[in-house]
Amino acid sequence: MNIFDFFRERKKQSSAAVAKERLQIIVAHERGQRSKPDYLPDLQKELVEVIRKYVNIDIDQVQVALENQGNCSILELNVTLPDR
Amino acid sequence: MAKILVVTSGKGGVGKTTTSAAIGTGLALRGHKTVIVDFDVGLRNLDLIMGCERRVVYDFVNVINGEATLTQALIKDKRLENLYVLAASQTRDKDALTLEGVGKVMDELRESFEYIVCDSPAGIEKGAHLAMYFADEAIVVTNPEVSSVRDSDRMLGLLASKSRRAEQGEEPIKEHLLLTRYNPERVSKGEMLGVEDVEEILAIRLLGVIPESQAVLKASNQGVPVILDEQSDAGQAYSDAVDRLLGKELPHRFLDVQKKGLLQRLFGGRE
Repeated sequence: MNIFDFFRERKKQSSAAVAKERLQIIVAHERGQRSKPDYLPDLQKELVEVIRKYVNIDIDQVQVALENQGNCSILELNVTLPDR
Repeated sequence: MAKILVVTSGKGGVGKTTTSAAIGTGLALRGHKTVIVDFDVGLRNLDLIMGCERRVVYDFVNVINGEATLTQALIKDKRLENLYVLAASQTRDKDALTLEGVGKVMDELRESFEYIVCDSPAGIEKGAHLAMYFADEAIVVTNPEVSSVRDSDRMLGLLASKSRRAEQGEEPIKEHLLLTRYNPERVSKGEMLGVEDVEEILAIRLLGVIPESQAVLKASNQGVPVILDEQSDAGQAYSDAVDRLLGKELPHRFLDVQKKGLLQRLFGGRE
């Protein structure tokens, strides 16, 4: 190892720091998922079935999200219809 | 008033059974009548770690099915007066444990014990759920490693939502973090998550840090809970953890790299 490598090494983040960063992101994400009500996946599935009666769509073309703003909750429904 | 403790983690191989044996034995050493219950149906191992594997006649499932009484199934420890073990069954039937059956056994144990330590199986399936369901306090065993920390967080979510206390709207389970297999040298080199890192991510009270230690394997080889090896670092760290569990304030030990003396440096010594 020459002197340049020594300085290059210094700059690199330690693997423990990388681990911490990755964990903070994934744990925050999964905690967010946890607070969602259990019925959302079922709701999404049934909505897809209803829409499919009229338009042919995939399950991932319907997005259901529940947002809490103060004392009111907003159920956001986003349906992407296929190109005609 | 009896207290039910669950030792849980989500991930396997992090030291749940070692911890259950150590903490249970530590509580008994301090004069509390304690029973350690193995919930790992199908893969029982607590009996081996406690050194009572040849004395298992009846198990947890026998008691639930009414094939034996609790008194018949409880194995009295040979070293300590007020320590008992309830072994798991080796049946492959996943539904051998039922919520109702476990509840009945817990109620009966509550009458004669001060502490009931539940050794949870790995995973988040039925066995793990039943082990934590009735708990008053939880010891979440975590290794300083990404998959273990993530699984512990998942387990904390379940403790807060799927336990009896959560379902009945009672005061939530008191959660404790026990960091095991900690290697200060690797932490100082930036190769391992440090105590503060894990504490920051999981955000629960730190009960103790158990250093990676040769004493743990040695103890399990011999069927002696590692806390009884009073000379060992791991044994002392578990002992501190038990004292903290009982409300004592103690500084955390074994967090820093042991400085090698001149002689040790010259002759190496055992790692």
